[in-house]
Amino acid sequence: MSARVVTITSGKGGVGKTTVTANLGVALAMRGQRVVTIDADIGLRNLDVMLGLENRIVYDLVDVVEGRCRLRQALVRDKRLQELYLLPAAQTRDKSALRAEDMVRVCDELRESFDFLLVDSPAGIEQGFRNAVAPADEVLIVTNPEVAAVRDADRVIGLIEAEGKGPARLIINRLKPELVRRGEMLDMEAVLELLAIDLIGIIPEDETVIMAANTGRPVAFADNSPAGRSFHQIARRLMGEEVPFAPLKEPGFLERLFRWMRSEGEEQR
Amino acid sequence: MITLGEGLWDTLVEALERRLEKGAAFFRGGRAALDVGSRSLDEAQIRRVRDLLARYGVDLWAVRGTAEATIVATVRSGLSPLLDPEGMTSRTEPAGEREGTPAPPAGGLVVERTVRSGQRIEHPGDVIVIGDVHAGAEIIAGRHVIVWGKLHGVVHAGALGDESAVVCALDLAPTQLRIADHIARSPEERRRRPVPEMARVHRGRIEAVPWPHR
Repeated sequence: MSARVVTITSGKGGVGKTTVTANLGVALAMRGQRVVTIDADIGLRNLDVMLGLENRIVYDLVDVVEGRCRLRQALVRDKRLQELYLLPAAQTRDKSALRAEDMVRVCDELRESFDFLLVDSPAGIEQGFRNAVAPADEVLIVTNPEVAAVRDADRVIGLIEAEGKGPARLIINRLKPELVRRGEMLDMEAVLELLAIDLIGIIPEDETVIMAANTGRPVAFADNSPAGRSFHQIARRLMGEEVPFAPLKEPGFLERLFRWMRSEGEEQR
Repeated sequence: MITLGEGLWDTLVEALERRLEKGAAFFRGGRAALDVGSRSLDEAQIRRVRDLLARYGVDLWAVRGTAEATIVATVRSGLSPLLDPEGMTSRTEPAGEREGTPAPPAGGLVVERTVRSGQRIEHPGDVIVIGDVHAGAEIIAGRHVIVWGKLHGVVHAGALGDESAVVCALDLAPTQLRIADHIARSPEERRRRPVPEMARVHRGRIEAVPWPHR
């Protein structure tokens, strides 16, 4: 069994790459997958904080690459899930501490013992991004339903196609159904029309995500929140399951009337 | 501009690497274009040079080559194909001042994919895109531009000064449309049902008419 390397990237910063990486790691591990989340954002690491593992870090990715420790020593095991690990980034260095070949080598070494390697890419399209994409078998693009984020996503999709790593799949994060309904936010169709790539998930705006990030307990641990459920759906799709996309729009009056009449009819039978 | 002349490809790349090594501090942070003359390159070869330069902090942004295979491989690698120096490498200079430029060689470049934000296609002849041109992308052609899809990016037809060049698209809604030295923007409001249109210069102005024109 050889792991799949999935890189999570976006172009624009602040759209939720790290949140997605942490939550997909949790969701996949809860489904019995052996997962390593890799923080490729050297110098601006966050993944450890979101997973609540900051105080357990001894060695990091740069220590591994520069030979100060063995790869296994740098892996931080999650305190709740046996099969979830973090390979943290160095905080006191910058992107130039790593080369694309280093990432490929580290991932190749991990492949044999795991099912998924999730690489959290830094924002931007420079060396850090190239390092994160180099080992990828597939790439997930995170965007928000905003024109600027979609434009940057388009740029990144082009670069990934040029690398021969395509086709990338899309995650739309922080969709506000209320704003979409009022026509004040790009809806799912508009984003897909603009980017012309396959969708793997939509994550609705959910304030529990922010609370979870601050406490180091990703929402995917409990699937009673809308965002938590979405992450589990994406995890299942990554594992190859066909999971239908639930309509985000609330049914209109006529639709509800139809459904009610149908259910009444079924009860009489 | 880095010129790779005659000789074995591997030898040339190795020579380039030695030069980069010697002047590592000088090259760091620079941008480079690669001139390969009539040599025919594939995507792997272009990527190898790009990755090599990236290791020394140099950003390869364009490849100049006359072979069709090289141009196609350049576009596929996400880089810009460049034309000969007398052509349209300088965009700041208005096209009108270059009257008397010899007619560009005929011949079209067919691009069979989506052209995404940040990607730029330059060609001295016609450019035909089978796919969409997204906002943030640029198409610069010496002659006509035909897009069998949506055209939302910036397009410049007749960039060497040819006012008879046209731009055709199934959905003609470019951020900016230029023909020779004329510039136009699309109307602010988007149409619900786009119809194929052709833009051309008519009485000194750019106008869009239904395509095909009856």
